[in-house]
Amino acid sequence: MKKLTCIMCPLGCSLEIEGDIVLGNECSLGEKYAIEELKNPKRILTTTVSTDGSEMLPVRSDKTIPKKLIYLCMGQLAEKKVKLPVKKGQIIIKNILNTKVNIIASMDMVD
Amino acid sequence: MKEINHDVVIIGGGPAGLAAAIEAHNQGVDVLILERNSWLGGILRQCIHNGFGLKIFNEDYTGPEYAQKFIDEVKHKKIDYLLKSTVIDINKKKEILVVNSSGLIKIHAKAIVLAMGCREKTRDQAMITGFRPAGIFTAGLVQKYLNVDGLLPGKEIVIVGSGDIGMIMARRFTLEGSKVKAVVELMPYIGGLIRNKVQCLEDYDIPLFLNTKLVKIFGKERVEGVEIVETKDGEEIEKTRKRINCDTVVFSTGLIPENELSEKLGLKMCAETSGPIVNGFMETSVKGIFAAGNVITPYDLVDQVSMNAMKAGKNAGLFVSGSLIKQNININVCPGENIKFVIPQRINYLQDVNISLRSNIVSRKKDVALVVDGMVVERKPIKIIRPSEMVSIKFNSELIRKFNGKKIFVELVDKI
Repeated sequence: MKKLTCIMCPLGCSLEIEGDIVLGNECSLGEKYAIEELKNPKRILTTTVSTDGSEMLPVRSDKTIPKKLIYLCMGQLAEKKVKLPVKKGQIIIKNILNTKVNIIASMDMVD
Repeated sequence: MKEINHDVVIIGGGPAGLAAAIEAHNQGVDVLILERNSWLGGILRQCIHNGFGLKIFNEDYTGPEYAQKFIDEVKHKKIDYLLKSTVIDINKKKEILVVNSSGLIKIHAKAIVLAMGCREKTRDQAMITGFRPAGIFTAGLVQKYLNVDGLLPGKEIVIVGSGDIGMIMARRFTLEGSKVKAVVELMPYIGGLIRNKVQCLEDYDIPLFLNTKLVKIFGKERVEGVEIVETKDGEEIEKTRKRINCDTVVFSTGLIPENELSEKLGLKMCAETSGPIVNGFMETSVKGIFAAGNVITPYDLVDQVSMNAMKAGKNAGLFVSGSLIKQNININVCPGENIKFVIPQRINYLQDVNISLRSNIVSRKKDVALVVDGMVVERKPIKIIRPSEMVSIKFNSELIRKFNGKKIFVELVDKI
């Protein structure tokens, strides 16, 4: 039996996983999380990129990224410089590291 | 001095102020937001991590995304706001004194919503004595340096306190190439949410020291290290005393509601929440002055802030239009055993109300209960109660009618 803490919401359910059976989850997100977490843990990546303005632009991955690729993504984003203005949701890097995940802007930003 | 009039004036343009403004506007009154910074959205601008909006929108937004939704709505509804405008005084006649680049402005309001939020506790509140070297910050400040200004404040970090922002910044530092050598927590449990322990500390193998005290900060010009020691029942365990070398110490020891204006105004304050006492309308001890969000007490989630701010904003709007009617109800709600605080502290109307509370203990064996004259009148089962997570219990109108004039205690009672 494996034990995990669900990170899908602030409740933080304590999960117990035996084969395909997940116990302790309050909702269906917990079951999905537990099964994926044991196979291929994934996370939303949130960070910032430089802009041609004076402030950093907050960005996020639009889907979860395999945990083991997080540092590689950070490396690629460190190279990036975004031209302003930017609208929330605008794609900053498409299909990063061939993951089918896009890095998108978290907010509107004008210079 | 310029003098202007508005129906509802909102002090603060962060998440609480924005939500309150929208709901007040929805009541058909004229609203003005006053914000001392150069942007709307408050602290959310620098909270670039996700986990916002799960309760209200059923979506997993980042801080800026969550703020943008409210900012867009404020702009869409053409609600007035003044940026870079600092409120320096409010009086009971609801006159507000604001200063900005155009000079001093006096605003006559019919209702006010206080939404000033919180500020961080500092090293002084953590009672750490010693020199004053460079390299000592609060978590929110390094969050601004990193996420807004693009500056990395240090390479080897020790974080003191395990609040959410501290744990989130431990991950941010690690992703940006700094080494977080320890997160030190005095209590036997973390200060923030359990999910942040998992996804911020455990994901990146950042060591967490519970029951551990920061004793000393070394270094005269720049921080060179810290001394920590484990404690048991308040006593230092000598053999656990050790030095960790680092160039930066980050304090994440909690938030204090920013209530200088409320105190100056003479609002009745609550010692347990460090905020104004409010009734079920989110109205303070002065009629027509409401409080919203973290100015009442630091909430766990921005969703909770938005929800109570909507209530404050709506009621401020109703107050102006004369439709906020107090019924002949007067109940005091008090924290009982193992409860740190309750919100609201007063009930003046006959309508279901959710009472929010924070416990003093961690337990899997307790339910939350409403107790009148030593009798449990309402009980809500809780799987696990922790000081780091606020919970709420419904106080329904039937009970309010029945116990009008009484003192109601919110307590933790043994599960049946």
